[in-house]
Amino acid sequence: MKSAVVVFPGINREHDMARALKFVSGKEPAMVWHADRELPKGTDLVVLPGGFSYGDYLRCGAIAARAPIMDAVRAHAAKGGLVLAVCNGFQIACEAGLLPGVLMRNARLKFICREVYLRIERSDTPFTRRYNAGDVIRVPVAHGEGNYIADEETIARLEDEGRVLFRYTTPDGKLDPAFNFNGATHAIAGILSEQRNVLGLMPHPENHVDPVVGPTDGRRLFESLISTLEAA
Amino acid sequence: MKARVTVTLKAGILDPQGKAIEGALKSLGIAGVASVRQGKIFDIEIEGADRAKAESALKLAAEKLLANMVIENYRVELL
Repeated sequence: MKSAVVVFPGINREHDMARALKFVSGKEPAMVWHADRELPKGTDLVVLPGGFSYGDYLRCGAIAARAPIMDAVRAHAAKGGLVLAVCNGFQIACEAGLLPGVLMRNARLKFICREVYLRIERSDTPFTRRYNAGDVIRVPVAHGEGNYIADEETIARLEDEGRVLFRYTTPDGKLDPAFNFNGATHAIAGILSEQRNVLGLMPHPENHVDPVVGPTDGRRLFESLISTLEAA
Repeated sequence: MKARVTVTLKAGILDPQGKAIEGALKSLGIAGVASVRQGKIFDIEIEGADRAKAESALKLAAEKLLANMVIENYRVELL
């Protein structure tokens, strides 16, 4: 798997992501500067990592979404290339038009940094083929703006087309407002693009891949990507 | 030429920051506050004196960057 991690000013999770990619795939990702206009030749997976690009000025992800590299990322996505957008990366992907909707301020206005439970809604995607639908995984979140919203029509479309991939649930996979900690519409934690090759999610699966730091529930997401690319 | 672009949340979009400000105003005892919505103001200097050109540039700026049209409206004023 040839991956490229896009580095924007103010991003701080790019090393976690690079480490996870190397740990699971054995291959070092390319680090691509936001001002570049091209991705390395043969890139299979583009990652928009977490952090605080441009200090969250204007709106989270708004300025990074207009960076020169984003045309290449959009072109990669348009021809079916895989894009994984995590946390600030998800905000950037929404602002860049790669995914619908927007991430608003958490409903209770607090920055939330802790582990949460995610239910995997389907396993027939490039990102989740190593999980089973209905599996509940434990992964960390760290964000102040993760409250996913979109207009009613868009939400209905995401649901009808099965593009909600992760939801915040209880440890046994039940929807419960107390576990939808940021107030996201329909407890949405992660969504797919129409072609299902772009995933945006607020939690950080890259932080749970190595038993040295605890649970490894995020590891299968990366294994899914590897097996998707091997099967292609 | 001076211009101002005002960006506000669309009706129906929940504004937790506005709600918090509203609560704070109420706790200060400021009478008659029914609700608060928070927005943004951009004061922009435009080169040249062509008002029509300035207006179309500002609209482009608002739609391409200053506002997120999914959740926000904008208003352009030439001062």
